[in-house]
Amino acid sequence: MSWETVIGLEVHAQLSTNTKLFSSASTKFGSEPNTQVDLVDLGLPGVLPVVNKDAFKKAITFGLAINADINQESTFDRKNYFYPDLPKGYQITQMTLPIVEGGSIEINVDGNIKTINITRAHLEEDAGKSIHDAYPDKSVIDLNRAGTPLLEIVSEPEISSAKEAVSYMKALHQLVTFLDVCDGDMSQGSLRCDANVSIRKVGDSELGTRTEIKNINSFKFIEKAINFEIKRQIKVLENGDKVIQETRLYDSLKDETRPMRSKEFANDYRYFPDPDLLPVIISDDEMDEIKDSFPELPNDKSKRYISELKIDENEAQIISSSRELSIFFELAVDSESDPKLAANLLVGEIGSLLNKDNIKINESNLSSDNFNTLLKRISDGTISKKIAKTVLADIWDSGKDADEIIKNQGLVQIQDESIIQDIAQKILEANPDQVAAFKAGKDKLFGFFVGQVMKETQGKANPKSVNDILKKLLS
Amino acid sequence: MSIKYKTLSELKELLEKKDISSFELVEETFKNISSSKTNSFITLNEEVALTKAKEFDQGECEGDLAGLPIAQKDLFCTKNLRTTCGSRILENFIPPYNATVVENLSKAGSICVGKTNMDEFAMGSSNETSYFGAVKNPWDLERVPGGSSGGSAAAVAEGLVCAATGTDTGGSIRQPAALCGITGIKPTYGRASRWGMIAFASSLDQAGAFARNAEDCALLLNHICSHDEKDSTSLSNDKENYLENINNDLKGKKIGIVKEFDISNLSKEVQDSFEQSKKIFESLGANFVEVSMPNIKLSVPTYYVVAPAECSSNLSRFDGVKYGYRAENVNDLEDLYIKSRSEGFGDEVKRRILIGTYVLSAGFYDAYYKKAQQSRRMIKNDFVKAFSEVDVIMSPSSPSSAFKIGSKTEDPIEMYLEDLFTISSNLAGVPAMSIPHGFSKNLPIGLQLIGNYLEESEILNFAHQYQKNTDWHIRNPDSGDNS
Repeated sequence: MSWETVIGLEVHAQLSTNTKLFSSASTKFGSEPNTQVDLVDLGLPGVLPVVNKDAFKKAITFGLAINADINQESTFDRKNYFYPDLPKGYQITQMTLPIVEGGSIEINVDGNIKTINITRAHLEEDAGKSIHDAYPDKSVIDLNRAGTPLLEIVSEPEISSAKEAVSYMKALHQLVTFLDVCDGDMSQGSLRCDANVSIRKVGDSELGTRTEIKNINSFKFIEKAINFEIKRQIKVLENGDKVIQETRLYDSLKDETRPMRSKEFANDYRYFPDPDLLPVIISDDEMDEIKDSFPELPNDKSKRYISELKIDENEAQIISSSRELSIFFELAVDSESDPKLAANLLVGEIGSLLNKDNIKINESNLSSDNFNTLLKRISDGTISKKIAKTVLADIWDSGKDADEIIKNQGLVQIQDESIIQDIAQKILEANPDQVAAFKAGKDKLFGFFVGQVMKETQGKANPKSVNDILKKLLS
Repeated sequence: MSIKYKTLSELKELLEKKDISSFELVEETFKNISSSKTNSFITLNEEVALTKAKEFDQGECEGDLAGLPIAQKDLFCTKNLRTTCGSRILENFIPPYNATVVENLSKAGSICVGKTNMDEFAMGSSNETSYFGAVKNPWDLERVPGGSSGGSAAAVAEGLVCAATGTDTGGSIRQPAALCGITGIKPTYGRASRWGMIAFASSLDQAGAFARNAEDCALLLNHICSHDEKDSTSLSNDKENYLENINNDLKGKKIGIVKEFDISNLSKEVQDSFEQSKKIFESLGANFVEVSMPNIKLSVPTYYVVAPAECSSNLSRFDGVKYGYRAENVNDLEDLYIKSRSEGFGDEVKRRILIGTYVLSAGFYDAYYKKAQQSRRMIKNDFVKAFSEVDVIMSPSSPSSAFKIGSKTEDPIEMYLEDLFTISSNLAGVPAMSIPHGFSKNLPIGLQLIGNYLEESEILNFAHQYQKNTDWHIRNPDSGDNS
């Protein structure tokens, strides 16, 4: 029997605001436990929430990017349940009237473009963290994360494989990082997803019973967890059993999903409008402001690089697909530095250095200013492209200024043609056999002579001059 | 010199003339409190209060209310001063911050002498649900002072303090003011900040004041009310001076009598006082108009869905995990929740949490909570319509005078009907106050004045003019004949 899979994803993107959704405490990751909390986050008696408009700006920016409807009046509801890391005993979320509704995201699976529709994206506060393994006899709570703004992005059940789910997640990742809505750091939980998975017989119109896999936090695990779950469900159905609607956890060590304690999650959340918060109204002026500061998206960037800067298409796509790379690129390129050269080095040399160290460009020793200097020195002939790579390697390790490296190591290109001519003359005199062979028609030996001159000058001779001079001498 | 029963304005004058020092005033206050039998206070702030009084006497503090001792309802968070909300679950809770109302009054120079007793989490109309014992009515120690702000009302009525704060969710300022024979006002919802007020029902809770007369209430409101960025429901209107229009002429003003408020079943004294008060307003030039508010009969059932629903969620934070009472000898997390909350909350609070949980449950939400929101809107519309015809609405504050302690505790429904006349203004969010206007068997009776949105000045004007022409507000438990 053949089965088809239906998947819907609920992605939680932690919005990169400075402060929390309803308090002025910082959202910085990795601080000492319980240091990023104020009275509101603690849920003290008598405290009240006040919305962070910046979180709304980010949510709206996302909504605009996916062509969604923006509810300029949206509301907050309370989701009631008891848990120690939920200080108020309820989570404030947007159940009834979310800020973003509709829209879609394009994904690319093996060259095929597919559109995944978005149901809604709503704002809500994150909970704190319960820590069960720090002490032998007690659990403790860290409320640093409590109140951090999340955008929950809910897709329609239109994803039909684990591979598509990963593509969708990657597309979302690229989008939210580009929009500067979320830092996209999945290992820190900034972007995580719940997958609703069900299967049905090919051709069936009704959906099968779904299970929800909670809190998957890497592209790899999304694929593995969903694939495990599909296989498991097929096995259940083919054995004549029924899939139970439940919440499951993915265990990456065992590569399996298993049910979470169902009792804990069989909650009636008793949603109702939060009486502490009035409907949030976004004015037309505020909407205009958000639209005006809307960032250029990868596709538009790529097109602009190709048409305006005459960058190679492949390179343009690589640079524009990463927010960090494109920012770096745009900062480094100016009227005195060649964009084509910049793109070429960025994708080639620098790309492989980044891969080797597994870091992002903004985490490297190379600043855009320094890269700009390097590009200028190539353009103005101070150094050759080949020497530039040596300088780059040095910057990569030391972070030193390009000019300083060029000066201290004496890497300035030899421009004086009489010097090059003297060296070339000596090389030819020292290799009479090769000269004879070249003259007899062995053209390939020209490279040998160039190489010898470069070797003698430690690569500093201007390559074009070397070519010209050798041609003249050998003719 | 006895300071008992002196009004806020009188004490202010004595201080200004240096006829008495703030230190003497505060010292005398604590002497009076210690000999009181009403159980009005849960926590006293003696040391700090005396220090502040000394500072005032040395000229170190200024303000409209400088040097004057007042009491805070124990529902307002007071920094470093225990705040219990009348509950065992907060028996040892010491807030690290001040409520905005507390902060405002402190900035005006007033001195907080202590935290007044109240129904647990403000849930009650008799002050009998307090974990710290019932408050007794100073007019008759066997009777209740009303609630939930019973301690504040009793403390002012007994002359322990000239002013106290209260909160009013369904009548918690007006009903005890009526039963204790003093003046109490609840401003428009959103006029006073709720920051630091321990929430009972967030969409209904509003801070207000008790004093011996309307003029003092106006002075207090000048400081209690403020726009507050920390409260999203706080109104942004410009602050006004509530004393400014207090002496306006009432000639030609229209007073609405609600057709659907049937007072013919109430005691003869309540009816007689009402008729007498009508005559006084008539003599001041006001006219009476009957207004129909057909949905006002939905007020009590609507309230008893909305308020418990909100309270069931608001009180979830009291779970024994972070602060407050935590049960001992628990087996697991669920056991910790169940035992801490079972032992920490009293019966009335539990009853309302259960009602609230029920009306918000899947399958019941539409029938109860949603319907209650609809009827709440209808009640609001009734007020809007009524105020297009009249300047204020007048009614009794409560169905009867103070009842005996223990007489209604077994019948929650009868207790809930205590708020029959007061609840609708909370549902609509309009300002309302109670002023003393007669006696029934030596027990005070209150008159309620309800104003249009943001028209606190209007009802204060009516009340002040009334008090200039009557002496009910001057009577006190020691003043003898009260017929």
